[in-house]
Formats: sequence, C-alpha cells, structure tokens
Amino acid sequence: MENLYLTIVLAPLVGSIVAGFFGARIGRAGAHWVCILGVGLSAALSLSVVAGFLWGDLEPFNEAVYTWAVSDGVRFEIGFLVDRLTASMMAVVTFVSLMVHIYTIGYMADDDHNWPHESLAGRHSYQRFFSYISLFTFSMLMLVMSNNFLQLFFGWEAVGLVSYLLIGFWSTRESAIFANMKAFIVNRVGDFGFILGIAAIAAYFGSLDYAEVFAAAPGLADVEVALFGGVSLLTLIGVLLFIGAMGKSAQMPLHVWLPDSMEGPTPISALIHAATMVTAGIFMVARMSPLYELSETALSFILIVGATTAFLMGLIGLVQNDIKRVVAYSTLSQLGYMVAALGASAYAAGIFHLMTHAFFKALLFLAAGSVIIALHHNQDIRTMGGIRRYMPITWLTALIGSLALIGFPGFSGFFSKDAIIEAVGASHVFGATYAWVLLTVGVFVTALYSFRMYFLVFHGQPRMDEHARAHLHESPWVVTVPLILLAIPSIFIGWYAVEPMLFGDWLAGAIHVAHEHDTLAHMAEHYHGQWAFILHGMTMPPFFLAMGGLAVAAWVYWWLQRRNPDIDAELQRRAGPLAAILENKYGFDDFNQRVFAGGSRGIGQVLWQTGDRRLIDDGLVNGSARTVGQLAARVRHIQTGFLYHYAIAMIVGLIVLLTVFVTL
Amino acid sequence: MITLADYLILGGILFAIAVAGIFLNRKNVILLLMCIELMLLAVNMNFVAFSHFLQDMAGQVFVFFILTVAAAEAAIGLAILVVLFRNRRTIDVEDMDLLKG
Amino acid sequence: MTFDTVNLIPVLPEILILILASAVLLVDLYVKEAEKGTLHTLALIGVALALAATLLVGGGERQVVLEGHYVRDALSDALKAMILIVGLLVFVYSRDYLRDRGLATGEYYALALFALLGMMVMVSANSFLAIYLGLELLALCLYALVAFDRDSQRGAEAAMKYFVLGALGSGMLLYGISMIYGATGSLALDEVAAVVAEQGLENLVLVFGLAFLVVGIGFKFGAVPFHMWVPDIYEGAPTPVVLLLGSAPKIAALALAVRLLIDGLGGLQSDWQGMLVILSVLSMGLGNLLAIAQTNIKRMLAYSTISHVGFIFLGLLAGTADGFAAAMFYAIVYAMMAAGAFGILLILSRRGFDAEHLDDLKGLNDRDTWYAAVMALMMFSMAGVPPFVGFMAKLFVLKAVVDIGMTWLAIVAVFFSIIGAFYYLRIVWLIYFDKPTTDAPLTDSGGVRVAMSLNGLAVLGLGLFPATLLAICQAAFL
Repeated sequence: MENLYLTIVLAPLVGSIVAGFFGARIGRAGAHWVCILGVGLSAALSLSVVAGFLWGDLEPFNEAVYTWAVSDGVRFEIGFLVDRLTASMMAVVTFVSLMVHIYTIGYMADDDHNWPHESLAGRHSYQRFFSYISLFTFSMLMLVMSNNFLQLFFGWEAVGLVSYLLIGFWSTRESAIFANMKAFIVNRVGDFGFILGIAAIAAYFGSLDYAEVFAAAPGLADVEVALFGGVSLLTLIGVLLFIGAMGKSAQMPLHVWLPDSMEGPTPISALIHAATMVTAGIFMVARMSPLYELSETALSFILIVGATTAFLMGLIGLVQNDIKRVVAYSTLSQLGYMVAALGASAYAAGIFHLMTHAFFKALLFLAAGSVIIALHHNQDIRTMGGIRRYMPITWLTALIGSLALIGFPGFSGFFSKDAIIEAVGASHVFGATYAWVLLTVGVFVTALYSFRMYFLVFHGQPRMDEHARAHLHESPWVVTVPLILLAIPSIFIGWYAVEPMLFGDWLAGAIHVAHEHDTLAHMAEHYHGQWAFILHGMTMPPFFLAMGGLAVAAWVYWWLQRRNPDIDAELQRRAGPLAAILENKYGFDDFNQRVFAGGSRGIGQVLWQTGDRRLIDDGLVNGSARTVGQLAARVRHIQTGFLYHYAIAMIVGLIVLLTVFVTL
Repeated sequence: MITLADYLILGGILFAIAVAGIFLNRKNVILLLMCIELMLLAVNMNFVAFSHFLQDMAGQVFVFFILTVAAAEAAIGLAILVVLFRNRRTIDVEDMDLLKG
Repeated sequence: MTFDTVNLIPVLPEILILILASAVLLVDLYVKEAEKGTLHTLALIGVALALAATLLVGGGERQVVLEGHYVRDALSDALKAMILIVGLLVFVYSRDYLRDRGLATGEYYALALFALLGMMVMVSANSFLAIYLGLELLALCLYALVAFDRDSQRGAEAAMKYFVLGALGSGMLLYGISMIYGATGSLALDEVAAVVAEQGLENLVLVFGLAFLVVGIGFKFGAVPFHMWVPDIYEGAPTPVVLLLGSAPKIAALALAVRLLIDGLGGLQSDWQGMLVILSVLSMGLGNLLAIAQTNIKRMLAYSTISHVGFIFLGLLAGTADGFAAAMFYAIVYAMMAAGAFGILLILSRRGFDAEHLDDLKGLNDRDTWYAAVMALMMFSMAGVPPFVGFMAKLFVLKAVVDIGMTWLAIVAVFFSIIGAFYYLRIVWLIYFDKPTTDAPLTDSGGVRVAMSLNGLAVLGLGLFPATLLAICQAAFL
C-alpha cells in the first residue's frame, strides 16, 4: 500500500520536475503530456482507492514512510494517513486537477500574447505553467495525505508558494505582482496563527502525530493557559489553527487576497482558488475534529466567522462586473457556508459541500474561462450578452453550474447546502441563530448574483463590439470536454453521496463528533431517501428564497433589460450609498492599506533610518566587519613564512599542554 | 647501576637538543635533517630502555621499524633538498619565505 | 606467526591497493609517453576494485588479525570506503591538470596509491606500531607529492616546510608513544586501554605521553597551534596534490584520533577533553579570522580547513558515542566538500594557468551554470547553511557539545562560524554577481562533469536526508 500512496504523491512531482527543468528541451507537447500522465496516473489510483473503500475491503492506512529527524523524543516524519476522508479529498483534488490540466492546453495555447515580446520570463511560460500546476497537485496531496502536523505544514506552505507563483504568473503585469504580494502577506498572517497552533500542540502534547495528539486530547481538555486571564488550551489551539484556515480559506477579515488572486490565469483560479487549495482550511478543521469537539468556544468562533463571510461576501458579488470576480466572491461566500457547517459540528456536511462545490465551482470558472478565451481576454460582463447562441456547450454547462450553486432541487449543491442550513439550525452553540438567519438569507443573495451574471453573459442582446462578435465561436475540445466531465458530477454527485456522506458511516472513523453536538445524527432520524429529502427541502425557506432570487434575477436582467440595457448601472445608482459600500468591499482594502500597510511602513521608516542604518548597518554590521577585517589583516602576520617560527609555535603549544595538564 | 630514570633523562635531553636545533638554526637545512635524526634516536633510546626494563621485546622491534622509516625519511628529505637547491640555488632556512600570511 | 589465509581476508582491500601500486610502477616502465592514460584507467579500476572488496569483506563482527596489530570493524569499513570514494574523485578530477603539465607519470599514481594505502592502514590499526607505519607511509608519500612539480620554487619550499614540520610532529607523537609504552608495557591498543583503565590519572607518565600524542594528532589535523604548515603547503603544492592531501587524510586523521584517544586512552578522557577544547577554540577562531584576509583561494581554503578541524574536535571532545559519530560524520562530509571545491579549481585551471585567486572565480556562472551552482553549493555547505549537509554536520557536533553541558563552547563555535560565513559567501558573490575576466574554456573531459554532479548532489542530498549516513556513523560507536 505504501508504494501505491507514494506513487500517487510522487507522480505529479515527477511531471513537474521534468516539465520545469527540461521544459525547453521537451517542448510544449512533451511538457503537457508528462504532466497530464503524472496527474492522470495519480487520479486513476486515487479513484481506485475510493473504489477500494466503497466496494473492496480496503482498510485505513496510517504509517510513517521516512523518519527525517528525532529530537528529544519528538519524531519528524513523512507519513500517510489515508482513510475515507483523505480518499475523498484525493479523488476530488486529482480529478479536478486532471480536468484543469487538459483545459490548460486550450487556455494557455496563445500565452505568448500575454507577454511583452522581449520578456525572458515569457519564454517557455507554457511549460512553466504546467510544471507549477503539477507541483501544486503534489503539494496538495502531501497536505491531505499527511498523518502529522509537520507534513501538514509543509503541504500548507507548499500550496501557498505555488499559489503565490501562479497569481503572479504574468509577472510583467503590475496588478499581478501586487495581487501575489497581497496573497502572500495576508497568508503570512494566517500562517502565523497556524504555526503557533502547531507549536502549542508540540509543546503540550510532545508529539506531532495526529493519532497520538487526538488520543491525548481528552486528557488535556481541562488544561488552562495563562493568557488573556486564562483560556482553555484546546480553545487556544483550535482558534490558532483556525486562524491559519482563515488565511488559506479566505474567511473575513483575511479574505482580501482571494478576489485579487483572479489576476492569475483562469485554470488556476478554478483549481487553486476555488476547488482545492482554499478548501484546505475546511479539510484541516474537519481532520482536527477530535480537537475542536472539545472546545465549544472555538466552534462558536468558527460558526460566526463562517456565517458572516457567507452573507457579506455574497452581497459584494451583486455589484461586481468582472466575470471572474463574481465567481470569486461566490467562492468566498460558499467557503463561508462550509466553515459555518464546521462550526455547527456538521463536519461531514462541510466536507460534502466542499466536494460538490469543487465540481460546480471549477465548472463555473472553466466556463467563465471559456467565455474569456472566446472574447480574447475581455472579462467585463457589461460588454457580453447573448453568448448562448455562439457557445452552446459553454452555455449549457454554465447553466448547470449555476443551478448547482444556487441549490436547485436535485442538483448536487442542493443536498449539501440544505444539509448545512439544517445543521446550523439544529445547532445549540453560541451564535447559531445568528448564523442560521444569515445563511438562509444568503441563499437568496446567491441565486441573485449567480443568475445576474448568467443572464448578463448568456442572454439578451450581444453588447461586444463587431470585431469580437464576428470571431465568437465555441472553444476547442480540450476546453469543452473538461466542462462536460465536470458538469456530470455537478448534477449527480449530490444524489449519490448524500446518504453515505451525511447519514451513513463513510466518514465514521475519520471524523469525531461529540454526542451533544451531533446535529447530523438528529437529521438522520428524519431521513428517508433522496426523494423525501428533496420534497422536504422544497417546503423549507431556503428553497423559496433561492427561487425568489432566481425570479428576481430573471425579471431584472432578462425581462427588464430587453427594454433598458443599462438597467444594472441604473439600479446601482439608485441603491446609492449601499452600492458604494459594496463597491468598496466594506472598506477592508482601504483599511488594510492605510492602517496596516501605511502604519507598518511608517514604523519601518523610523526603524530603518535610526535602528537599521545607523545602529545596525553602520555600527554593528559594517563596524564589526571592519574590525574583524582589520584584525585579520594584522593577525595574518603571525604566519611569517619562517620555518623556525612554525616550529616554535608547535613547541609553545606542547609546553602549554604540558604545564596545564601535567601537574607534578 | 644505571636506572631507567637515567636513560629517560638522556632521551629527554637528546630530544630537547633536537627540538632546539630545529628552531634555533637559521642557516642550513641539512642541519635540520640531522636534528630530525637525533630526535628519532632520542625516541629509540626511550624505547630500548623501556624494553629492557620491562623485559618486553616489542619495544626493540619498534626501534627497528623506526630506524627503517628514518632511512626512508632521510632519503625523501634529501631529495626535497636537491629540488629546493635546483630551484633556489640556496638552502638557507631564512630564505624560505615565499609562502606566508 | 602463521600465514593463515583466513587471516588475510579482512586485509584484502589493502592488499589490492598494494598490488595496484606496484603494478602501476611496473606498467609505467613499459608504456610510451603518449599512452600514460593507461595508468589513470588502471588506477581507477584498481581503486574501484578495492572499494568493492572493502564492501565485500566488511560488515559483521569485529575481527582482529595479524597478531593483534590489525582490526576490521564498522568504523574501519565505513572510513575505508569513504577514503576510497574520495580517492576515486581525486583521480578523476586531477587527470586533465596532470596531463596538461606532463605530471601524469607512474610516480604520481604510485605515490598517491601508497598514500591511500597509508590512510587505510591508519584506519585499521590496532597497535601503536601499525598506527605509526600507516602514518609515515601517508606522510612520506605526501612530502614527495608536494614537491612533485620539480620546477616550482614554491612547491619545493612547501615540501621542505612540510617535511621538517611533519618530522617534528611525528617525532613528538613517537616520543609520546614511547612514554605510554613505558607506562603500560604494551603496544597493543586493547592492552593499553586495560592498563589505563586501571591506573587512570594516577600515572603522570601517561598524561605526559598523552600531551605529546595530542600534539601529533593536532599536527595531522592541522589544528592551531600546530597548523602553521597547512596554509603554506596548500598554497605551494600543485592543486591535485592539495586535493589529495586536503580531503581523504582528514578522514584518516579522524581514525588516528579515534584509535589513539578513544580505543587506547579512553581512560584519560578528562585530560584530553581539556586539551581538545583549547585546540578547538583556537582553530575555529584563528582559522575563520585569517581566512577572511586571504586573496589566494587555496590559502583561504587552508584556513577554512583549520576552522573545520575545530568543529571536528568539538564532536571528539564531547566524549559520547553521539559526539564521536558526529565528528565522524563531519570528517566524511568535510572530505567530500573539500574534494568538490578543489575539483572546481582544477576545472578552472588549464595548460599554463592555475586558478588560485579569488578573482579567477569571477563570473563563473556566465561560463558554466552547473559548475557555478555546484561551487556555490559547496560554499553554502561549508558555511553551514541549511539544507546542505554542512549544516547538518555542524548541528550534530553542536548538539553533542550542548548535551554534555558545554553550551558556552557551542556559542563560541556558532560565533566563529558566523565570521566564517563571510568568506564563503564572498565566493558565491564573485561567482554570480561579477563579470568573468576571461572566457577561456573549462577543462573537464573524462567524466569530470558526472563526478562533480554526483559530488554536488551528495552534498545536497545528504543535507536533506542525513539519516542514513548518520546511522552508519552511529553504528561505528555502538
């Protein structure tokens, strides 16, 4: 088994190394083939692992593969923990990654146009891109398959690194550089919490191994840490780890990097910033469920952060005009839903939504990318419209994705989102009611922004210029095939997975829920098959709100817009200050820019001028370097070149040893 | 009766003379080679004395090996001396100061 | 003494090298000037065979043969294998240099092979006699090799200095051995150890002899204040000889220290620990300080060697099994890094030009990216920058010192290695941020690129995954 798992992890790495270091030699086709083969192998084996769990008698695997170092009894290992939770993540990651790899062949085919002619970085950018996305797949697999905190941290940072590299992929664009710096810095804030959490675990548990930490956790449930007047240790650890998740999974207030990350090429927006990397935080919290179950405070914190993000970010999606940014805000909002599910101890529902979301959100991004290619990298939805007639496959798959996103009954998103809202409703932790209200209203917002975009892009009169319209046509098969392949699970995965994932024992061994928090078990009592679930859902508020949002969107952006093409701008004008607040994204960016960036620059200026330049550079560094240099220049004269001096030195050495150690 | 201590003192004196010769001599390199021989002889004196008083043959065997090695050492030393003289036309210790610092 | 063949099997690698060296001398008489390349091939094959033999007869229980003078154990297996591997690298790197200058004669190969034999004898010695013979075999060959370029003034001067000081050093070692022989009545290390354990610090003659032994060991390593020969010899000798004498003999010197101080005089640990502390601090301090002032890179690497010796002593003086293993790890790793660094100098040299100055490394990156990367890797590793193996080596010796409670010593060591980082990183700076002064082609025929790549990757790979080599080192001191 060990070899199988090693192959799954290492196959993409090999592809990445070959494409990265020998890209110039093997050419474009060589690079994409080697990466696709690596990830394809990985995907096939991952699916076989899932099949093994589903129909075979595969047992969870938890072993160290290599011991890197041992210090004071703490083992630093590379090891794999593959249970059903991991297997689900592996399948999602490798499948979506494979689709994105294939799609990239079409999307990046004319990447030369994105670089200035003389740019060195633009050479072989196609191969480099493949190398990066394969490297990402490797890193993400290391993250999800880890059986210890050290490797988790490695994967966590490695995906962050690749994300940074890919957001700034078009490194000659200033906006891309700004965006990747922003992503990097904001993630540092989160990672700071994360590593403090890991440090607290290492300090109190004396181990970095999941199994050992989880086993010891109940025994430390009553330990208090003398911080802020005494907090429970597990609350502290839980919140610190979750701060890491807030950075990676873009929860307020650390969400600001995700919309800007859309500066990267669209395939990675789909893979990294929608389907996989940003869900690492969700996965991590679910994996740590045995710790979180012991701290209701941490759960409550998670619930409130998640619900707030879900609602407020959805609202911003209403006023965005960039097709990718609409989808990005929708991602933020959906991540909020998943986080809220974790807060309500419905980890399984969170993971379930993670899975369905990975498929339909990757689908939406890739469909958006398909439109972007067709319009020659124009992303403004105000200049689209009527594309349905020119790009039937893209249109249909985008419709499927949107329906899944808003939770149209029967589509995958319906099952997962309904489960989350019900679970939050059934939860009793502090803030559950607040969260339930926001999440429920959020459904209306989701439907509204999704179909606003859908109608503006695909229906109505074409608003692009003549030249662009003349060249509109459906994308090549490398683009449409992944769309179709992603559309299939977007429809069906919910139907098939709802029972084992939420109410069955699929995640039983991997996720631990305390009895008093077990909201899903409560729902399981009323579960009587998918049809009953759908029928029940259609009597609940979320359904009516979703339909309401859809109807409003259709009325405004389909019906009214026929007569008044500027209806969107007019509405925003009428909304006045409200729209302005949303346009400014609640002022987070300005606040960060002024207070944190400006403030730290100011402090930095002072420290740099006085502390660094005067004291450290001139005094300590250059001063001591000068002193050492002068000393060395002087001392070197003891090496006189005369043999008898050398002999004297040896004899003096001998005499010193004799007098010091032979005391007569 | 000559005691072990007497032999050891003699060995020590010979050793000290050899060592002093190495760092006092500033002129001829050949003198250095002689000092080195003397130093090995001092060691041999020690070994033979110990061997005799310990009634153990190993020490005397060691002396034979040292003598053999000393012969080889002298051969190589003289060879280097020849190379030095060929290149520099001098074998004064004081003149060997190209390499320093 | 019976000549039992079973007795000879553990000595097979040494016998092979001896046969090889003699064969090289014989073949040399019969090959024409133009076909001297045969000797190179012969030497490579022979050393590879000896390496295979080492691995073949190695492993398993400790064996004492040849009337107790000779031992084969985990320590000797590992060190011999490393010496032979470094020896292979030396031959591969040196070929072009020697051929271009007409130095690739039978004598060079014979002397180098006898030097290897001397090191192997030191590693496997189990009595003072065997140690002395191995030491002298190595030293005599090296004296001759330093003067090998007969038309070089500096070579001749270096050889003379090395010879006189070397003779003084081994004279002191011998004097110490004679004292210990007198005090214990035996030349065999096991018996000496037994007597020392009995008498311990009571017997002043022992401590007196020990001081002389430490001088001898310090001289072999090149520890301050017995280091004066090192910079002059590194500067004056031909670069291939420096490559030979600056790499593998460090491993042999480690064996010398282990055999004498641990196997023989382990009972006097409290005394030699103090002596090594003095030598270690002086070596790290003076070595790093003086390296900064150098413009000749061979001389700079000489002072760098001295500082690394200080670190090796840290591991030895810790006096624990972990400390010895760390010192062994350090010595092996240092030999590899030194081989790589001097190998690059050989690649940069060409007919009529020796790369000796820091300026000769300028802009190496523009001339050959890969060699530039390998050289930078060696420098980072020597400076002790993670994740290269030099960092791991430093970490292990420092840990050993901290474990015995001598934290102050570890702090001193770290302080000096910060000073040291300056001159290593200066080379990286020259390689990458300066323009080349020449565009003369590099000389690297005959597998040099492959060997150098393996050497560089070993330094990186062992840094990332040090567990295997460390386990081998620890097994030697169980």
